[in-house]
Amino acid sequence: MRTDINKINEKSAYYELTEGLQMYAAATSKQFNTGEWRTNTPVFLEEKCKQCLLCVPVCPDSSIPVVNCKRTDFDYDHCKGCGICVKACPFGAIEMREGQ
Amino acid sequence: MAIRDRMSGNEAVAYAIKQINPDVMPAFPITPSTEIPQLVSTYIANGECDTEFIPVESEHSSMSATLGSEAAGARSLTATSSCGLALMWEELLVAASNRMPCAMALVNRTLSGPININCDHTDGMGARDTGWIQIYAENNQEAYDNFIQAYPIAEDVRVHLPIMICQDGFITSHAVENIELLEDDKVREFVGTYKPEEFLLNPGKPMSVGPYSVSNYAMEARKNQALAMEAAKDVIIEVADRYRELTGRGFGFFEEYKTSDADYVMVIMGSAAGTAKQAVDDLREQGIKAGVLKLRVFRPFPAVQIAKALAGSKAVAIMDRCESYNTNGGPLGSEIMAALFREKVSTEAVNYIYGLAGRDFTVESVYGIFDDLKQHVEQGKEFDQFRYIGLRE
Repeated sequence: MRTDINKINEKSAYYELTEGLQMYAAATSKQFNTGEWRTNTPVFLEEKCKQCLLCVPVCPDSSIPVVNCKRTDFDYDHCKGCGICVKACPFGAIEMREGQ
Repeated sequence: MAIRDRMSGNEAVAYAIKQINPDVMPAFPITPSTEIPQLVSTYIANGECDTEFIPVESEHSSMSATLGSEAAGARSLTATSSCGLALMWEELLVAASNRMPCAMALVNRTLSGPININCDHTDGMGARDTGWIQIYAENNQEAYDNFIQAYPIAEDVRVHLPIMICQDGFITSHAVENIELLEDDKVREFVGTYKPEEFLLNPGKPMSVGPYSVSNYAMEARKNQALAMEAAKDVIIEVADRYRELTGRGFGFFEEYKTSDADYVMVIMGSAAGTAKQAVDDLREQGIKAGVLKLRVFRPFPAVQIAKALAGSKAVAIMDRCESYNTNGGPLGSEIMAALFREKVSTEAVNYIYGLAGRDFTVESVYGIFDDLKQHVEQGKEFDQFRYIGLRE
């Protein structure tokens, strides 16, 4: 029997949890807003961007969404603000800003 | 008809692995367990089993690969000793908390220092709180028998915990003894096919193993893990009963050798139990009512059953092949004395440290210990409740 993990929350008793806290669902990391951890924030300067997409694959948190072959603004729910994209951008189209 | 052969303990375990034909075996060599992966890879090379053997770069990797392939849905195992087990430390706990029913052949060897390759139980005892089931063998036959029972225990839906099948380095791993083996088809029928309900490589049924847990979940997860260890007690007995029906051999949590009317009992684990039994036979001829309780299952710890089994005795010697450096006794000494207290069993109990790093443990050592117990009971002779035997002084 697969336990419906949506029925489990921080008030569930021990016997209501899954074995070994296994998660019976896909892509559950989307529900975990790691963007809360951010202390510095990358800012996308669209007018400088040439859409070379060098920033996309280096993002450790898959937080640069690509739509129709073009990157869009950051997914701030999941971006941890590591700044790797800033280093990867050859055109200065991403700047780090202090704070959330 | 059982097959009669002669084998070392390592050969016996490797033969059991060949018969079980598990899916994946990642391993890294270390004395005295090296022969086990070596022999299994020879069986694979000869086409006698089709286990996927992964030569890895360390024991940290062999345990990681074992629990990874187990999570993927493959029946997995590894083998190691001593420092190899120590290097697996982190992954041992991960395997148990992720509820992976993988197996390990542990060939007990001491840990440094001083650096030494011989037998004691320091490695296994160091892993006693990692959440693994631990079963110890007196001889090659038991190492084989225990290994055949490993997966039926670990994979039971009430358990889903990793299992360590332990035997004494060199003493049983390298000494050749007569052995009775089961036929391949009987082993495969007994062990069964691995059919996990949830596993990673299961198309259409995605899952995650080992997710990060905030404080609101971790304590509840550990309670569930502890309950699985409690449930393992029933399963271990059921599997042992089923194995005894098949072979006429084996014990539950422990073997009671001449204990029913014994005044003095030695509690001991591993190969030295054979030495203790020989000494008990000799002492019985002199009219001394001595007995041996040979512990087979150390995790889960059958505390209540041990206390009850010792209730009729006048004095007990608890033998630890491991120094805990806690100044209070070895692991067996501490846990059995706590069990006696909780069950209100008032037998005298003395804890001995013996056989460290391959130090000989002889029938004469056992005579001396039983004589200590007798003098303590009959003449009120006082001595330390926690002491070394076989130490030069």
